[in-house]
Amino acid sequence: MTPTYYLLLSALLFTIGTVGVLIRRNAIVLFMCVELMLNAVNLSLVTFARIEGSIDGQAMAFFVMVVAAAEVVVGLAIIMSIYRTRRSASVDDANLLKY
Amino acid sequence: MGVVARTGAPDRHPELLAQQPTDMPPIDYAAIAPVLIVLVAACLGVLIEAFVYRRQRWAAQVVLSLLAVILAGAQVIRHARRINTGGTTLSDTVAVGPATLFLWGTLLALALGAILLIADRSIEPGGAFVAETNTAETPRQPADAPGAASASVMDRATASVAGMRTEVFPLTLFSLGGMMVFCAANDLLTMFVALEVLSLPLYLLCGLAKRRRLLSQEAAVKYFLLGAFASAFFLYGLALLYGYAGSVKFSDIADATAGSLRSDTLLFAGLGLVIMGLLFKGSVGPFHLWTPDVYHGAPTAVTGFMAACTKVAAFGGMLRLLHVAFGASSWEWHWVLWTVAVLSMVIGVVSGLTQRDVKRMIAYSSIAHAGFLMVGAITLTERGLSATLFYLLAYGFTTLAVFGIIGLVRTSEGEATHLSDWAGLAKRSPLLATVFTFLLLALAGIPATSGFMGKFVVFSAAFSAGMGPLVVIALLASALAAFLYLRLIVLMFFNDPAPDGPTVSVPGAFTTAAITLGVVVTLLFGLAPQLALDWASVGGFVS
Repeated sequence: MTPTYYLLLSALLFTIGTVGVLIRRNAIVLFMCVELMLNAVNLSLVTFARIEGSIDGQAMAFFVMVVAAAEVVVGLAIIMSIYRTRRSASVDDANLLKY
Repeated sequence: MGVVARTGAPDRHPELLAQQPTDMPPIDYAAIAPVLIVLVAACLGVLIEAFVYRRQRWAAQVVLSLLAVILAGAQVIRHARRINTGGTTLSDTVAVGPATLFLWGTLLALALGAILLIADRSIEPGGAFVAETNTAETPRQPADAPGAASASVMDRATASVAGMRTEVFPLTLFSLGGMMVFCAANDLLTMFVALEVLSLPLYLLCGLAKRRRLLSQEAAVKYFLLGAFASAFFLYGLALLYGYAGSVKFSDIADATAGSLRSDTLLFAGLGLVIMGLLFKGSVGPFHLWTPDVYHGAPTAVTGFMAACTKVAAFGGMLRLLHVAFGASSWEWHWVLWTVAVLSMVIGVVSGLTQRDVKRMIAYSSIAHAGFLMVGAITLTERGLSATLFYLLAYGFTTLAVFGIIGLVRTSEGEATHLSDWAGLAKRSPLLATVFTFLLLALAGIPATSGFMGKFVVFSAAFSAGMGPLVVIALLASALAAFLYLRLIVLMFFNDPAPDGPTVSVPGAFTTAAITLGVVVTLLFGLAPQLALDWASVGGFVS
């Protein structure tokens, strides 16, 4: 059971998240993809902590979780406020700012 | 007492579980006092929001914020006089040295101006931020309900009744606290947390404009989604560098890069991702896509704060990272950031020329300036460091004053930022047009302004470090950029004003103070740059 597989899985999850952010339309789904990226990083951190035999990486994963929670609060508030105005959470509809 | 390690279980790291009684690491309170003051004031601001009567909130928040920033600034100066090289504190997570103190001083002075701009209520009756919603409407229809957003009639009705929401002040202070920690972080994890602390309040601030709610909310959503995306990249870079060096401390990473048999793939992938996150925050080069939209949509005072302070913080963090952690491996990544600097200058100047909106134009100009700053940031010498610090200071104050002035040109619908509205402005208000011209010349880098001195010290430092070709490209770009600003100056002075054009509001005391601060600093450091350069070149970063 080599830890490399976990790193590959983490890279795969991160890529899925990245592609999701780039191709999906709904702001909530975009946001979930960002969360997927953050959790993929957590998997990497924990795996590296296992390889190194130190506990630092696991502690960092907790920091990331807390920050992700704070991000959810702010993000959903912003998405809610624009949803109330437009009745749509699609990022394609938000097109006033362009040139 | 601690948890006793399980015995008998096949555990590979028993020493991790056998917990020793831990000592609290010593904390150098004198060094981190400025950050503490700002963050405590932000928390007090939240309490004021909850417990003080609505009529007194604005005054209480303004006094508290200004007091906190001034106190923190005094503490920075006091500490800067006392230390020689500085040191690390909070178990090596925060490093306070001369360069960091310079960045803190810059951030606090810029934040003082930004808070003055935010606090002004004379230009827009009641302030430029969302009003309290429980006065004019029924509870079923909040200020951002459909239909209500476009009805400026409602805006005016509410504005006369209610003042502005005062959450902006604690949010600004939280963001400022995050920026200060960001410039002082000594490991990547602290840097990441600080990055989020500075970003999250900024996302909210962007969405708080009273006029043009849709634009403002759209800017907030865009900034938030792209910002979260970029910080995920930063974080993945952090994880890879942790895998590479076995630690996220800058000094450990520097030791690991100095010579080892570790995997270079991890190092360069990690470095690339981390730098990408920082370039996004500094709105550099190909990672700039959010900048024009967010600068355009956010309330102008917030844009001023963002343009000035975020840039200082992002480049401060980047300078620390490059100088302390990756100085030894510079010859391997150097050419990548070289390309980024060139791209940023070209994108900023070329796209800036096609803009029809003043705020968007200044946004592209800030992208071009980020390119010039990159030239200094990749010059890893003492001179390069002090030159970049000086450039940040000069650029910050000029930009702040520019956004202060943009907020003054208005029609009945709000700010008039379209370029055609600015035609012939000198005939309506010669003073405003003259001051704005001076600031634009500073951005263009004309002698006798701080912009010229900033460019001069950065380019000469880069040249003496052997980056001749890059300096030539930068000089060409700044010549082209001058055209960008001259176009606006010509528009203001040599065109006739439209009959129903915008008027120039008479600024209140706060805005006048902020603009004066910016203009005076721009002129002062243009004529006597040694005042700041001496301080900037006292010493480098500690780790």
